[in-house]
Amino acid sequence: MTATSPTAAPLGAPPPVPGGGGPAVEAARLTKRYGDIEAVRDVSFDVGRGEIFALLGPNGAGKSTTVKMLCTLARPTGGRAAVDGFDVARQPKAVRRRIGLVFQEQTLDDQLTAEENLRFHAVLYRVPKAEVDARIARVLDLVALTDRRQALVSTFSGGMARRLEIARSMLHTPAVLFLDEPTVGLDPQTRALMWEDVTRLRREEGVTILLTTHYMDEAEYADRIAIIDHGAIVALDTPEALKGQVAADTVELTTGDDSLATSRLAAAGFRVRLGQDGVVVFTPDGEAHVARLIDIAGVSVRNVHVHRPTLDDVFLHFTGRQIREEHADRALSMRMRARARRR
Amino acid sequence: MTVVRLPRTATADEHTDVAAELRTVGMVWERELIRFVRTRTRILSSFVQPVLFLFVLGYGMSTLVGTTAGFTFKKFVFPGIVAMSVVMTAIFSAVSIVWDREFGFLREMVVAPVSRMSLVVGKTLGGASIATGQGTIMLVLAPLIGVHLTVALVFEVIGLELLMAVGMTTFGVFVASRIQRIEGFQVVMQLLLFPMLFLSGALFPLKGLPAWLAVITRVNPLTYAIDPLRRVVFAAQHMPPAAAARFSTGVSLFGYSLPVSAEVGFVCAFAAVFLALAVAGFGRPE
Repeated sequence: MTATSPTAAPLGAPPPVPGGGGPAVEAARLTKRYGDIEAVRDVSFDVGRGEIFALLGPNGAGKSTTVKMLCTLARPTGGRAAVDGFDVARQPKAVRRRIGLVFQEQTLDDQLTAEENLRFHAVLYRVPKAEVDARIARVLDLVALTDRRQALVSTFSGGMARRLEIARSMLHTPAVLFLDEPTVGLDPQTRALMWEDVTRLRREEGVTILLTTHYMDEAEYADRIAIIDHGAIVALDTPEALKGQVAADTVELTTGDDSLATSRLAAAGFRVRLGQDGVVVFTPDGEAHVARLIDIAGVSVRNVHVHRPTLDDVFLHFTGRQIREEHADRALSMRMRARARRR
Repeated sequence: MTVVRLPRTATADEHTDVAAELRTVGMVWERELIRFVRTRTRILSSFVQPVLFLFVLGYGMSTLVGTTAGFTFKKFVFPGIVAMSVVMTAIFSAVSIVWDREFGFLREMVVAPVSRMSLVVGKTLGGASIATGQGTIMLVLAPLIGVHLTVALVFEVIGLELLMAVGMTTFGVFVASRIQRIEGFQVVMQLLLFPMLFLSGALFPLKGLPAWLAVITRVNPLTYAIDPLRRVVFAAQHMPPAAAARFSTGVSLFGYSLPVSAEVGFVCAFAAVFLALAVAGFGRPE
C-alpha cells in the first residue's frame, strides 16, 4: 500500500488544453484565507473525467470553501485551480458555463413550475434554443420527474425539489457537477433515490461529479475520497485503499478446536486472538486469506466471518475523531447510526 | 424515451455575448411578470390601497378644501395617487429580491455565467412594467373623478410612469441588495417609502410650504418624478386661472421654476446612479 499523498499537479506544468483530455478538476496548493483564519490550506488534487470524487470532512473543515473556489464563487488567496481546463480565477465565466451546481440550500423558484425553472436556467446558461425542449425532457426523465413537468415547485416534497435541482444542474450538459452536501435534510429513502440519480448521470451522461459530504455511507459511492480536516487534506485514495491503510480485516473462525487453530495460526506468523466464540485473526485483505487460514488451522471449520474496516474507522484513524460527533443535525445522524447498525 | 446527448458547446468565450445577455434580461423580466400574475393577493392589494387613498383623501379633503372655479381637490390629488400606486408597486417588486435571497433563487441567478447588469436590468424592467401597468389601470377611475383623458395624455402618462417606475425600481433593488433579512423590509417601508411618498408633493401643492418642508420636498427625488405627471394631466384639463393658482404645479429650486425636461433629467440621473449602485451591490463573489 502506498503512503497517502494527495496527487498534486506540478505547479510549473503547462496548462492543459481547455475541454481536452486533461483532468476535469485540478487543484494545486489551493488556499483561502479570511483575515487571520486559513479556511483552506494547500489543498491539491486532480479529479479524472467521469470520476465521482468526494470531499469528506466535518462541518467547518473547509469542504464548502474548496468547492466555492472551484465554482468561482470565492477567490483563492493562494494556489491555482482549473475546471475542464479553465482557470477559476482568470476565466470564471468559462468555468461557470461548464459546471453544474447543487447547493446545500434550495435555489428553485417555488412559484414557478418545474419546466419554468428549467427554461430560466436554459437561458442563463445559453442552451441553444433548438435543443432546449429535448434537453428539458431528457433531464426530467433522468430524475423521473417527467410527470411533474407542469407542476408548481411549491407542491414538491424536499426530495423532489432536490432531484429537480440535480436535473436543472445537468440541463446545460456540464463537464463537472458539484454537489455540496446534496442529501442534507433528506430522509433515507429519498437519499437512496437521489444516489440512484447521481450514479445514472455519471453512467449515461459521462459527467464528472465532485461532492462534499459528512456522511460516511455516502462517501462510499465515490471512486476516490479526500478526507479534509482543519482546511487540509489528510488522506486521499479509493474507499477500499483508505480502509486498507487503517487496519487489517478481522477474520473470525469458529472451528472444531479453537485453541489448536489459534496456536497453529500464531506459529505461522498471523496476529491472532482466541476469543470466546472462536478464533479472531487480524490480517490485511482477509477475504483472500480465508482459504490459507483454514488450511493452516488444520481443524474442521464451522463458520467464517470477514469484517472489513468501515470509513468510520478510516476517519477516526486520520483525524483522531469520529465525524458524527462533529455535526449538528443530530436526528439525522442518529437515524444513520441506527441504519448502520442494522447492516 | 430517446436519449439526447448534446455535444459540449466548446469555444472559450470570456467576452460578453449581447444576444445572450438580452435573452437573460427578457427571461428575468418574464419571471417577474409570471410571479406577479400568480400572486392574486398582490394584484388586489396594490390596487385597493391607492383606491382607498383616492377616496378617503379625495372625498374627505375635498369638503374641507372646497372647490375653486369648479376644480376640486379630488382632481388635484388624482395624479398623485396614480404616482403612489406606481411607486409602491415598483418598490414591492424590487424588494422581492429579499425573498429571492431568503428562498435561495438569488443564488441560481448570481452564479450563472451572465453579467450582473443583465440580471439587474431584467429585474428593474420587470418591476417597472408591473408598476406602470398598475398605475395605468388606475386611469379607469379618471372619469369618476372628473379628470378628462385624451389618447395623447394616456401615452404621456404611461411614459412618465415608466420613468418613475424605473427610477424607483433601481432604487428598490439597491436598497434590497443591502437588506439581509425579511424583517429589514418593514423598516424600509416605514423609514423610506412612506416619508418619500408623503413628502413628495403627491398629496399637496409645493408652493407656500413652510421653509423646512420646502427643503425636504426639494431633496426628495420623488418630487421630480411626480410633478411632471401632474403637469401633463393638468395641461389636458380645463383650468381657470384661479384654480391653477390654488392647485399649483411646478417645482421651484433657488427661485427658478424647473421645466419638465429638467425634472425628467433629474429622474433619469437618479435612475442611472442607482442602477450602477444596484449592479455593484448585486451578489458579489467573496
